Amino acid sequence: MSTTLFTVTADQFFVLLQHWVVSFLPGSWQPVAATVVSSAAIVLLFPILFALTTVFERKGLARIQNRLGPNRVGPFGILQPMADGIKSLTKEDIVPTTADAAVHFLAPVLLVVAVFMGFAVLPMGRNMVLVDMDAGLLFYFAMGASTELSVFMAGWSSRNKYSLLGAMRAVAQMISYEVPLLLSAVTVVMITGSLSLTKIVAAQDQYSYGLPHWYIFTPWGFAAFVLYAISTTAETNRSPFDLPEGESELVAGYHTEYSGFKFALFFLAEYVAMFSISGLGTTLFLGGWSAPFAFLSWVPSWIWFFSKLMMSIFVFIWLRGTLPRLRQDQLMNFAWKFVLPLCLLNLLVAALWRFMGDGWLRWVVCSAILVLAYVGMGLIGMRSKRLGPRSYRYAE
Amino acid sequence: MLGEGILKGLAETAKNFFGSYVSSERMTTVEYPEQRIAPYEAARVFPFLVFDGKDWEAGMRCVACQICEKECPPKCILIEKSKDKKPDALGKPQFYPTRFDIDISVCMSCQICVEVCPFEAIKMDTEFELSTTDRFGGLLLDRKELAKSNEYYHGIHPAEAAGVDARLAQEKAKANVKSKAAAEVTATRAAVASAIKGAEVPARPAPEGV
Amino acid sequence: MSFVFYILATLTLAGALAAVMLKNTVHCALALTVAFAGLALLFLNLDAQFAGFAQILVYIGAVAILVVFAILLTKGSETPKDGVFSRTWLAGLAIAAAVFAVLGWAVLNSAWALPHETAVPEVTVKQIGDALVGRYVLPLEIVAVLLTAAMIGAVIVAMHEKERTK
Repeated sequence: MSTTLFTVTADQFFVLLQHWVVSFLPGSWQPVAATVVSSAAIVLLFPILFALTTVFERKGLARIQNRLGPNRVGPFGILQPMADGIKSLTKEDIVPTTADAAVHFLAPVLLVVAVFMGFAVLPMGRNMVLVDMDAGLLFYFAMGASTELSVFMAGWSSRNKYSLLGAMRAVAQMISYEVPLLLSAVTVVMITGSLSLTKIVAAQDQYSYGLPHWYIFTPWGFAAFVLYAISTTAETNRSPFDLPEGESELVAGYHTEYSGFKFALFFLAEYVAMFSISGLGTTLFLGGWSAPFAFLSWVPSWIWFFSKLMMSIFVFIWLRGTLPRLRQDQLMNFAWKFVLPLCLLNLLVAALWRFMGDGWLRWVVCSAILVLAYVGMGLIGMRSKRLGPRSYRYAE
Repeated sequence: MLGEGILKGLAETAKNFFGSYVSSERMTTVEYPEQRIAPYEAARVFPFLVFDGKDWEAGMRCVACQICEKECPPKCILIEKSKDKKPDALGKPQFYPTRFDIDISVCMSCQICVEVCPFEAIKMDTEFELSTTDRFGGLLLDRKELAKSNEYYHGIHPAEAAGVDARLAQEKAKANVKSKAAAEVTATRAAVASAIKGAEVPARPAPEGV
Repeated sequence: MSFVFYILATLTLAGALAAVMLKNTVHCALALTVAFAGLALLFLNLDAQFAGFAQILVYIGAVAILVVFAILLTKGSETPKDGVFSRTWLAGLAIAAAVFAVLGWAVLNSAWALPHETAVPEVTVKQIGDALVGRYVLPLEIVAVLLTAAMIGAVIVAMHEKERTK
């Protein structure tokens, strides 16, 4: 039928495009050429998305804060990233005299490389994954761990105590939140039984009574998603966990001494890391490229993936506009005393879910355990705070 | 419950975000310089000298008493008194300033000069677009630049100007009454003197106890 | 021995040599990280996906950070005044040669003992997982206890320092 042919073509549009481009080359070159074409597409697409996201972020934050945001450079300020790009390219590249020139140069390069590597295993649509690895999730986290080293390199090589402090804080924060990140991803791996991201998406691409089998709609999946969201906000140094780059605290943290294009690279790396980790969250919990309802599966799969990705980005921007910054010790306490115990409990609950078999009982039991744990930990944590309405004392 | 505050905060910012497109009380920003907000009644930037009538030199209320120059905390006012006098609004001859300079790069808009002026001569202006490319004298306003009419004053601070006008009119009326009374007294004295002069011929014994 | 192996081996050796010969200690730590990366790539060249990615995740993501933190928090970040070579280098060379000889003898002896296989056995992550909780569960638990003991020790050391500074 023509509609099915059309939907399949629309769904596989980029795959067919890649095959067509590669078909111009001789046979032995074709696998390499296919990889090169896909990598080029990723390296072109995500910086463009980054440019759009900077505008959305500035306008979104502005509207939340009762102001307008950039609106001079193009219609509704859409061309603002071009102005920003030209500015950062033409600014003088200042390297401090006492700075370690080699490490100072390599830090943003390494960061950008590590961040872009993560996209190699994300399934962006049906049959649209760059490398279908058996241990895809492990590869992703390995690349994520490499970013911490370059943050440290940036802070240390600047020979500036504020940069070093910012880098230390950033690395401590990233390491602390790496554990809940991995643990919440591991619950998904446990239930799916595979580290391969394509298999995880395939396991969620089923529907019962028209509703999807996304992991976020299960009690342990919802808890894991919330904990994953908290950990990703901290991993990418986003508000409310952006103390390492807080402008009012540490000048600019570990990228104080970077100007011009290198600073733009740090900025790019932060946003692309946000995309990549939101993409992973979408794959693990929100069903990747699968449609929310069975009757909507005529919409191409890559549209679903990118819509969910952009939804996550908007939630990041929303959180940034709402919450004040957490102090370093509050951040660490939160990670080790609240998020990590809940992650471990969530592992147990996921195991319980698996072993209780199908039925309504497992929903009730698992939800009850998680809600009780959350409320209980909240009460214990808030017990010593004695928060109430503020009382003021004025000088008489 | 833990996390309640965050959810309430998220709801508030979402309301702000969507409300900023529809209601002007959420979107309080105006796009200056295409749109401007009208200044408030009590807005103040830098001082100016008030003059009554059409001629700024003749109608200037300032009498060069130099109180504002002495009271100004950063000492940004420079006044030179005149040698001659000219009549003021009440008709009395007063000195006038031949030079009245305010350095607005020094002025801190504290309004003390306005508060201490006994003649309602110096008031606060709301003009703030005063930037100039002349680095050396552009921000030193002299007498001519500082002089603005009473109608202008009414335009920027209507309630205050109405009060000032009422006070000045009251003083003028009191001065009129006093001068009329003084005029009456002098007239009666003159009439009595002339009457006494006229009735000087018939000798009268000096009355006791006059 | 393929072309790729030679490149990766050169990278690893260069990183390791730089790690002992550079003057700036933090540069040494970064060169060591390059050596770790070379090792991980060698694992991946042998199709050991889990080992390679775990090497990156653990060594580059955690151990390298640990090394640089340790260098920074002590006085190691200052360049040494006497140069990087110690006076007892001859003894060090002798010991290194002895260790190399023992390892080389062990590898060569076991190479004759292994059956010559042409196909690389497919080791999936599932097989590693099964082996870890099946046959090798005791070493796994002992390693877990060791790591827990290390963490508790670190917390106790930090706590004592806090009490002393109070």
